[in-house]
Amino acid sequence: MKFLVCITQVPDTTTKITFTPDQKALNSAGVQFIINPYDEIALTRALELKEALGGTVTVLTVGQANTEANIRKALAIGADDAIRINAEPTDAYYVASQIAEVAKKNAYDVILTGKESIDYNGGQVPTMLGEFLGLPSISVATKLDINGTVATLEREIDGGKEVVESKLPLVAGVQKGMAEPRIPNMRGIMTAKTKPLVVSEPVGADKLSSSSQFELPPAKGACKMIDPNNVAELVNLLHTEAKAI
Amino acid sequence: MSVLVFAENWSEGLPSGGGKFKKSTYEAVSYAAEIAKQTSGTVTAVVIGNVSDDDMKALGKYGAQKVLSVKNNKLNALNPSAHASAIAQAAQKESSKVVVLSYTYSGKSVAGRVAVRLKAGLVAGATALPSSTSPFTIRKKCFSGKGLTDVVVSSDIKIIGITPNSYKVTTGEGTASVENFAATFTDADFASSSKETKKTSGKIALTEAEIVVSAGRGLKGSENWKMVEELAELLGAATACSKPVADVGWRPHHEHVGQTGITIGPNLYFAIGISGAIQHLAGVSSSKVIVAINNDKEAPFFKAATYGICGDAFEVVPKLIEEIKKFKSAH
Repeated sequence: MKFLVCITQVPDTTTKITFTPDQKALNSAGVQFIINPYDEIALTRALELKEALGGTVTVLTVGQANTEANIRKALAIGADDAIRINAEPTDAYYVASQIAEVAKKNAYDVILTGKESIDYNGGQVPTMLGEFLGLPSISVATKLDINGTVATLEREIDGGKEVVESKLPLVAGVQKGMAEPRIPNMRGIMTAKTKPLVVSEPVGADKLSSSSQFELPPAKGACKMIDPNNVAELVNLLHTEAKAI
Repeated sequence: MSVLVFAENWSEGLPSGGGKFKKSTYEAVSYAAEIAKQTSGTVTAVVIGNVSDDDMKALGKYGAQKVLSVKNNKLNALNPSAHASAIAQAAQKESSKVVVLSYTYSGKSVAGRVAVRLKAGLVAGATALPSSTSPFTIRKKCFSGKGLTDVVVSSDIKIIGITPNSYKVTTGEGTASVENFAATFTDADFASSSKETKKTSGKIALTEAEIVVSAGRGLKGSENWKMVEELAELLGAATACSKPVADVGWRPHHEHVGQTGITIGPNLYFAIGISGAIQHLAGVSSSKVIVAINNDKEAPFFKAATYGICGDAFEVVPKLIEEIKKFKSAH
């Protein structure tokens, strides 16, 4: 069984986000970039399934050369080989177009991504990829099991959960809960250095959206402290001042 | 501009192929109507599944002139490929330049597919009306709530996924005309299918809740969530939790709000026994009013909250429940 896991790098979750003075980009000075947490879960689940069913796990990134440390980390965690498409991942349509080109040339059975990246929070690469490839896409999946050529998934829906049955091949966007991320061990780190990492140039594809401007959310005013022995005051303020109840 | 809006319908609180519209649907129709008004256009809603004619006509109150009703026995549950296909066919029929959908879980699972079919740029999780229609620019959150960005869509057709709870429902007079629309499907559209939907214990969907009561490690164990649930029920609120609480299994993962959980923006957010780490604040910072209850006066949440009580949650919350009961009986 051939697995493709699409990963992207994002600022570490503890990062205090700031933007460049012209507000056109993230200020990346001092920012540590990590594998998008949902992508790491997708990678782990792919490895678990490979161990149970046999096969290979390929990781793919659309990103510049500065993503290679994180690609090596994915190889250290256990992926067999890696592809880097040498382009800036700015628009979901463009990114999905690039991944689709690779997927068309390789018969992957299961293509996994994170449910969204924690930088742009769009969550559209898995669904766009499904459409480009004419395959089912299951967003926000919390479970994935495979039996022959049929997969059973669980995904989050508004107000509940849904069990979905899908033919392979498929594309799924992975949510927390599907697997626990693995920490690379020393052997993994050593072997990762010699695993294949193929760099290819992007194909011509359209970019249909872009971020023109960034800013920080407006600052909150000072917090009004209320005496713990006067909780009635809180209820009063919530009603009369905040008009929230 | 001709605007198409996907009017999602629900049955017993779950997305469905037949049933009723709810608030997020009306938000999306109202939002579409405002864009149509600003650009002297019209609004067509596409409804997939068995919804009563009266309910479809009533979308006119929110600004839709016409409803395209797609009924097909195979669409008794959300199917991302088939739904996206029907929405895209409706957009082509109406020559729509803008397609609006509520960015619910269902919206998320179809938006990208519609975008590819129409070769349209997508704003995934808009929080406001377009600030400009040339270039077409819309604001959304980024970095999981730690930032805001203006997205410029350059394609001829634009798709807007509007974040639930971020646009007010507007109502007026009007009745929409209802037209049957025979969208066509392929076998590939049905390569995946819904087997079962399960409701998460009768609660309000977290992403749409007006009030959210959330608690963290300060509660010391899952057995102490009773008071959180009681407070939530009194207020008609959804319950949520911080990441460590979901990680140790005191609460299910789908309740985790924060940077790697879900991002919410309710009217009122209660943070009980949550310190307010930057990752948590990212997920809740767009709440309109925040109440922090914590026994550590240095807790970072007090810097982000509107109101704070520095005290023991096990004393403060029961008192709060009593006071809310008194308030409810007086109002």
